[in-house]
Amino acid sequence: MALPARESPIGKRVSLFVTCIVDMIYPKTGMSAVDILEHVGVEVDFPPDQTCCAQPAFNSGYRDEARTVAKHFFKAFQDAEVIVTPSGSCAAMVRHEYPQLFAPEDGESYEQAQRAASITWEFSEFLVDGLGMANLNLTLPVKQSFAMHDACHGLRGLGLGQASRDLLAHLGNAELRELNECEVCCGFGGLFSVKMPDISNAMLSNKIDNIDASAADTIVTGDVSCLTQMNGGLSRNKSEKRVVHVADVLAQGLGGERA
Amino acid sequence: MTQDVQSNNFIALADVALRNEDLQHAIGEGTRTAYYRRLDTMFANSDEHGEFMRQQAAEAKRRALRELPELLETAERNLQKNGYKVEWAEDAAQANQLVLDIARRHQVRTITKSKSMLTEELGTNHAMENAGLHVVETDLGEYIIQLAGETPSHIVGPVMHKTKAEIRDVFVRELGMAPTDNAEKMVAFARRMLREDFLSADMGISGGNFLIAETGSIGLVMNEGNGRMCTSLPRVHVALIGIEKIVDTVEDYITLTQVLPSSSTGQKMTVYTNILNGPSHAGEEDGPEHAYVILVDNGRSDIYATKYAEVLSCIRCGACQNACPVYRTMGGHAYGWVYGGPIGAVLTPLFVGLENATPLPHASSLCGSCKQVCPVDIDLPRMLLDLRWDLVREGESKAGWDAAMKMWAIGMTSPRRFALGGKAARAGQAIMGDYMPGVLGNWSKHRDFPDFAPKPFRQLWRERAPSHKPGTS
Repeated sequence: MALPARESPIGKRVSLFVTCIVDMIYPKTGMSAVDILEHVGVEVDFPPDQTCCAQPAFNSGYRDEARTVAKHFFKAFQDAEVIVTPSGSCAAMVRHEYPQLFAPEDGESYEQAQRAASITWEFSEFLVDGLGMANLNLTLPVKQSFAMHDACHGLRGLGLGQASRDLLAHLGNAELRELNECEVCCGFGGLFSVKMPDISNAMLSNKIDNIDASAADTIVTGDVSCLTQMNGGLSRNKSEKRVVHVADVLAQGLGGERA
Repeated sequence: MTQDVQSNNFIALADVALRNEDLQHAIGEGTRTAYYRRLDTMFANSDEHGEFMRQQAAEAKRRALRELPELLETAERNLQKNGYKVEWAEDAAQANQLVLDIARRHQVRTITKSKSMLTEELGTNHAMENAGLHVVETDLGEYIIQLAGETPSHIVGPVMHKTKAEIRDVFVRELGMAPTDNAEKMVAFARRMLREDFLSADMGISGGNFLIAETGSIGLVMNEGNGRMCTSLPRVHVALIGIEKIVDTVEDYITLTQVLPSSSTGQKMTVYTNILNGPSHAGEEDGPEHAYVILVDNGRSDIYATKYAEVLSCIRCGACQNACPVYRTMGGHAYGWVYGGPIGAVLTPLFVGLENATPLPHASSLCGSCKQVCPVDIDLPRMLLDLRWDLVREGESKAGWDAAMKMWAIGMTSPRRFALGGKAARAGQAIMGDYMPGVLGNWSKHRDFPDFAPKPFRQLWRERAPSHKPGTS
């Protein structure tokens, strides 16, 4: 399905859609995203009425509830020029599914869904494809090695295979390594992880084996939900390795610039 | 619908597979080997070329589906011109009865059969055996499955769930093979056994990968040549073909036979790529005396009338099974009917009724790999989402979820309630530790849960010094 065409976001104010999980569990990742966006000269605001993108309901077949929450999203972001979110799956929800949730006969909601889809960007995609900035002139305080885990919705939903890798490639003191089966799902899948926990865990075990075998110190991804799944398993399995959001990796390079 | 439907037992069946180490090993290796071979072959020229082939193939099937009724009439006429007798079957019982009638008409006692997923749907083997006929599966994988008394676990590699040692044991137990771990020797043994069956069979049953309307031909691809033996050696040939297998032209067939083998086994072409044109004609030395095509509906027209019609484009390559991380952990039997993997999670509820396969639409993390590898670009994740929606609308979702989702939507439509929910979660975690209520407790079975942050992002944002808030709101 083709994504709605989008205007260039250069010079526009960014409204951060921080996502519910980042808000409650990983607020520092949200702050890292803000710091990086401000570092590249973007004006950032945080529409305070925002909550969730509605994925839990949408992915479980609760379309009415998903529509209700999506309409709340439209209201919360009605003044947004550009929406940026540190999550591939939430970005995919807004861009792919909002336009599916409303039909032309829904009138205003349909228009709002189309508009939200056309102005929403995933964080790394916004920097690299939107602003054309892969090189953020950042250097890590010490040498570290990284490997990417491609979160599914970012990779296959939005075609984001390259953006985070480009950002890491230009990050001083960062070395890129391989992660075997980096494109394979970690087994999270939202409520799938609790509805079918044993299957989800079998998928996770495979991911953990690959992470443990990777030469990278740290695994990088663009979705905190997948990160929660993988770190939950790594922690339970007493692995030394951890998964970190790409915004947090980049923010380490800000050094004294950081708030 | 003769194969028992066990799909509502999905979780329990999956559990059995997850505990079977041999199966885990066999499926893990089989699916990955096919997955990487596909990548090598499909994109051997360039990514763009591979993607173009996919889109071309998808369009050929979509076009055929759009014109399905007309093309079926054309196909029937042209099949008859080629000397095929054409029959139509609405369901499994009718299809099997037609085969039995043909068998009786020609005094058939033994049957060789080439691989056909449709006949798995129809339970054709059982129907023949119940009528006292001797049926032998001749695809090596299907032969092993038949000897073991099982059903195929994978569309293309029916025996993918078995290790070499397990296959050896089947041959030793069922056929008295002298024990060997040498795969070549095992294959040679099976070949010798099958040769006798080929030479003595009265009738051959085949499926059809494609039905070519413009020429009235059956397109049949295979690697072992067994299908050729089944369709040319016996006196009678019966092809059972689902009505969705239709394509318009030979050109479309050529398009599709490029993506089918590359998607399923990573071959540029199958070893045998056939276009069958009826029984032995005057002056021809070989071929069957009588050839029949039975066009089978068995629920396909019903699917054709729904928003899921495009799933009928499926050419049964198995690529979605190989790519699916869920399938990779357990193989196909857990899905509880004929088709496993993402295509099975969609097809099964449509064929057997959603109420008889309620777990299947949820048997996916919606990672999107199935759509990515599908040679005819079927949007399987979208269909799984739609089936989940159907489950809710038809009251097949658990009542607890209905209530939870309503509560959740109320929480998510107010920033105040959202923040309160966050506070409650933090407080709850402080008191309860790793314990989580209800189904959420399943999280902690295998995974640790992170701590809720002492201050949510919205609070950190408010507390930021104004100098850091150039775009304050």
